[in-house]
Amino acid sequence: MSAAALETARVWLVVAVTLLGLFFTLVSMTGVLRLPDVYSRAHTASQADTLGAGFGLAAVALTVGLAGAGFKSVLLLFFIFLTNPTAAHAIARAAFEEGIVPWTEGDDRR
Amino acid sequence: MSLADATLAAGYTLGDFLLVAAAGFAVLAVGMLYRAVVGPTMQDRVLAVNVLGTNTVVILAILGAALDEPTFLDIALVYALLNFLMAIAISKFTVERGGVL
Repeated sequence: MSAAALETARVWLVVAVTLLGLFFTLVSMTGVLRLPDVYSRAHTASQADTLGAGFGLAAVALTVGLAGAGFKSVLLLFFIFLTNPTAAHAIARAAFEEGIVPWTEGDDRR
Repeated sequence: MSLADATLAAGYTLGDFLLVAAAGFAVLAVGMLYRAVVGPTMQDRVLAVNVLGTNTVVILAILGAALDEPTFLDIALVYALLNFLMAIAISKFTVERGGVL
């Protein structure tokens, strides 16, 4: 494969990965706006953190390349993977300690 | 010459596409702002602001790649750290005896 063909493939890979990140962020935003209680929202917010931000930062890493500052975006990806589930867990636990009851069927909370 | 200058289609480069994608992420982040405003509980607001912060990190990183400014990635890294700290601090603060981790 020639160098030009390889670069074209990389460009379209970046486009595809960015669109995937946008899609998962859209799904997560819909969930954060529509789901009934804080626990289910915590689940869908973590999805934005892992898949939405994951694909977004992967696209950045592909664009910049490992020869440039790409390792910083990989570092950022690793850091987000590590911290955001922890933050979501802490928020959900704080909600439970505050005495917020989880949503069950028939509860018409929004 | 970076990959952001590569031609995508009809005079538009990959950098242009990434700028549009960053705008899309910004629009989605503004959508999440609704949950931060209406609540109804404190934890809902913290959660929404946390997701907003993650979105901001992604927007900063994409802008850094599109405009070919690697320093934006450093700023994004610091922003991610502060975002995590904020979520943990407010979660701990709203619970009386602490111990949310």
